[in-house]
Amino acid sequence: MVPLLPDTVAEVSKGLADNEYLADDGLATSIFIALRLQRPLLLEGEAGVGKTEVAKVLARWTGGELVRLQCYEGIDASQAVYEWDYSRQLLHLRAVEASHERVDEDELYSERFLVKRPLLRALAHEGTVPPVLLIDEIDRADDEFEAFLLEILSDWSISVPELGVVRADVPPVVVLTSNRTRDVHDALKRRCLYHWIAHPDFERELAIVRLRAPQVPELLARDVAAAAEELRGLELYKPPGVAETIDWAAALSTLGHSRLDEAAVDATLGTILKYREDQERVRAHGLSDLVRTAVARGA
Amino acid sequence: MPDPVPESVSETAPERIAVAFARVLRGAGLEVPVGATLTFARALGFVGLASRSGVYWTGRATLLNRPENITVFDRAFAVFWDRREAAADESELPPEEVILALDVPGADDAVGPDDEVGAEAPVVTLRWTAREILRHRDFALYTPAEFVEARRLMSDLRLVGAARPSRRRKRSRARRGAPDLRRTVRRSMRAGGEPVERAFFTAGERTRRLVLLLDVSGSMEPYARAFVRFLHAAVVSRSRVEAFALGTRLTRVTRELTSRDPDAAVRAAARRVVDWSGGTRLGDGLRRFNDEWGIRGLARGAVVVIFSDGWDRGEPEVLAEQMARLERVAYRIVWVNPLKASPGYAPLAGGMAAALPYVDDFVEGHSLAALEQLAWSISQ
Repeated sequence: MVPLLPDTVAEVSKGLADNEYLADDGLATSIFIALRLQRPLLLEGEAGVGKTEVAKVLARWTGGELVRLQCYEGIDASQAVYEWDYSRQLLHLRAVEASHERVDEDELYSERFLVKRPLLRALAHEGTVPPVLLIDEIDRADDEFEAFLLEILSDWSISVPELGVVRADVPPVVVLTSNRTRDVHDALKRRCLYHWIAHPDFERELAIVRLRAPQVPELLARDVAAAAEELRGLELYKPPGVAETIDWAAALSTLGHSRLDEAAVDATLGTILKYREDQERVRAHGLSDLVRTAVARGA
Repeated sequence: MPDPVPESVSETAPERIAVAFARVLRGAGLEVPVGATLTFARALGFVGLASRSGVYWTGRATLLNRPENITVFDRAFAVFWDRREAAADESELPPEEVILALDVPGADDAVGPDDEVGAEAPVVTLRWTAREILRHRDFALYTPAEFVEARRLMSDLRLVGAARPSRRRKRSRARRGAPDLRRTVRRSMRAGGEPVERAFFTAGERTRRLVLLLDVSGSMEPYARAFVRFLHAAVVSRSRVEAFALGTRLTRVTRELTSRDPDAAVRAAARRVVDWSGGTRLGDGLRRFNDEWGIRGLARGAVVVIFSDGWDRGEPEVLAEQMARLERVAYRIVWVNPLKASPGYAPLAGGMAAALPYVDDFVEGHSLAALEQLAWSISQ
């Protein structure tokens, strides 16, 4: 099995760009180091800046299978690692009993009845390319689960009492994301590389819109990227993320606009601002002002 | 755009650079474990030292783990790489040597730490009856000796948060509820494969997160040092507690308060908070809390306790709006106002009146007895 070992940071940037993700130097460097040192990468950042997307793109680029573990409160080993297929075990027991044979416990706890959950799947992977393991929203899981995860991410092995230890030949590429609803433990952070994804600057955001919404006319894309940048400076409760910018540009172009104007913004404000208070604030600030500044910036 | 590499940097091995830079970061007040320094050195081996940006981002990925520290990191990096004098920026760095009106032993009468033992020794002789009087005494009227005693009583306070149903289920002895197939299969082995004895789950419970917001403005000074002890007692006795200081800016002090040693914890928190006894703009501070922590999840379903006298230099409308936002996500909001105990006090002043409609429980908290009552209120 061959893990992916890029030679330069530029190679990573290009690989991601070829798969429709424009990473800045910081993110590309972090990914490069994560791949070279085979360490998990912890990504934090505002909602909608593309944290989860990183893992998906990595999977597309490396050709590894994407294994996703969505964390939630109360998640435990049976949902994250493995579970026995109890209904089948029970059926099997009944069948054995009906034929008056002796019940063989080893048979009952064999791979045949094992349900592999994401963590086990990522470690027990058989193939030429290591999978990309996405552990999404780790901050939603409980502290205990984090401690458990730490063990797996350090040893790249899981022990299933009934079967033995499963060890990864090549560690998976691991991406963890967090929205900072609570602090991730220092021990886990120490194990990981860390990158805070910030909102992109105007040029990068424009490039992202062009790439992800190619149907949007160039001038409109410039206006929208400039307006999004402008909105982020207005002290909103939820400043728009890149995801919203892309949606907004797509919505405007679907409505047949080729430039930003006041009426268009008024009609589509809900695509980019999801709080009533934010919409009110922007309207009070003046939509025509917003459009004028954005058009001047974008030109 | 790769900057020209300073000669002193290009000639050195990654290990030496890593160690030297880690030292600069530690000097700037960041925590840098040795493991991280090693990772930094290894990563530099791959990234190389050719460009400033490469080294910068490698450092960011390996040595930094929280966005609050980015500014400090950037400044330290500039000093390190560009050999730039940071003297001009010094004022913006978190001042470390702020001296506070806190109950750090010896601080009150400005004597050295050697006197600590002497100051504390006579207190132990306070009798139980004295304690009983102390329990109801207003914190603002405490003598330093009484305060030392009160601190001990406060560390006995134990907080139990309100419970809520959890998604995590636990084994049940009852013969109803959701079936526990794992245990059922195990048990049926004994019966030769017949699931005679079935097992069940019952819904689990867990405590709600507790968020404590302490107003550290000038008008709160007589109480803030008592409350910070309460915060410490809360943070060490439970997990899922978060503590913030609210002044002209918002400071998270949870990490600083986790030390078991109360004096060390309070000192660390005090160092972190730069605006003790300054003015307050409660509404702005609360807004920052809502934006950066509360709405995205910290305050969701949590019991939020605000320790403040409600004096606000900002607009009451701002405070009302932020309280409304907080109320929509929090489970309960408890407002602790030490002034409430004063005879003739009515919450009519701008900020307090604006906030009150969103408050579930309005308590006094001016004395130990009142704090005990608060602990009870939190558990509801």
